[in-house]
Amino acid sequence: MVSAMGTLERRAAVATLLKDRGELLVIAGLGSPAYDLHAAGDSDANFYLWGAMGSAALIGLGLAQAQPARTVLALTGDGEQLMGLGGLATIAVVKPRNLVVTVIDNGHFGETGMQASHTGRGLDLAAVAAAMGFAETRTVSDLAGVASLRAALHAAAAGPRLYVVKVAARNPPRSLPARDAVYLKNRFRARLGLPVN
Amino acid sequence: MAYVPDAGHARLIQLFHADPAVTTNVLTTEEEGIAIAAGAWLGGQRSVLLMQSSGVGNCINTLSLTTVGRFPLLMLVTMRGEWAEFNPWQVPMGTGTAAALAAVGVRTMRAETADDIADIVGSAAALAYEADQQVAVLIAQRLIGAKKW
Repeated sequence: MVSAMGTLERRAAVATLLKDRGELLVIAGLGSPAYDLHAAGDSDANFYLWGAMGSAALIGLGLAQAQPARTVLALTGDGEQLMGLGGLATIAVVKPRNLVVTVIDNGHFGETGMQASHTGRGLDLAAVAAAMGFAETRTVSDLAGVASLRAALHAAAAGPRLYVVKVAARNPPRSLPARDAVYLKNRFRARLGLPVN
Repeated sequence: MAYVPDAGHARLIQLFHADPAVTTNVLTTEEEGIAIAAGAWLGGQRSVLLMQSSGVGNCINTLSLTTVGRFPLLMLVTMRGEWAEFNPWQVPMGTGTAAALAAVGVRTMRAETADDIADIVGSAAALAYEADQQVAVLIAQRLIGAKKW
């Protein structure tokens, strides 16, 4: 059982997804999704992970619950999301309408030598999320599909969404965000008008 | 508020669920609550995480998020494996709870009696939310009472 491998270039996919992002708040999982987000344009409304693998979607959940009027995008990779599969169940049962999990799925653990991941061996993350009760799930594999996700991202939803973007298993040159999580935290909170302790 | 249930937290969980000012999240594994607490703080809200001592082991790597980011973290941990424990599987993690938390930068405070607990949790909450500390209150198994079968 082997799923179709993507051919889409990941930086172009994420740049398309985030074009005219407006007030979107974005949490990026460690590794390539963080580089993708940084390459698409650094922002005070970005929070990048450099560790705590499996946490991106759940940081997104906490943020979405604290900021119900804002749309929160958890941008992560297949390996990162696979480590937090149970977290999708935790998200599904509380049904946040303003949380979108987007998995940039290259079917591999790109940061550690391109070993095939579970999605690269056929696991369908969108189907997993649908079975858990996500309100909307989609898988796209070209830029037109990503553009349709961008429109959906900014539209109202009935509950949590999970999008899978199939991309090529290639690592473009890294685009490194700040690693100091205190700095990232403080500038993110300042962006929302929140005080620094 | 986020939790993996423990019998020792049962009433507190009911009270949180009954409070319309509180958002509750039931977790599949305890480390999810570390991430939720960090996300809530990014968005301007406080969070508290409830678990039993066995769940502390599940949290270790994820605690790098709150330690490195100096995110306020308040964990209320009911202890197993230390007082009239009947289940040997609870003993290793109960024995190592405080050391495991200390090893990744989480301060622990112990509540031994019912009279202690409000003061200790209040102090831990101030350390967490006002001083950006990561604090776990370990609630003694003797206080909760040995599990009845």
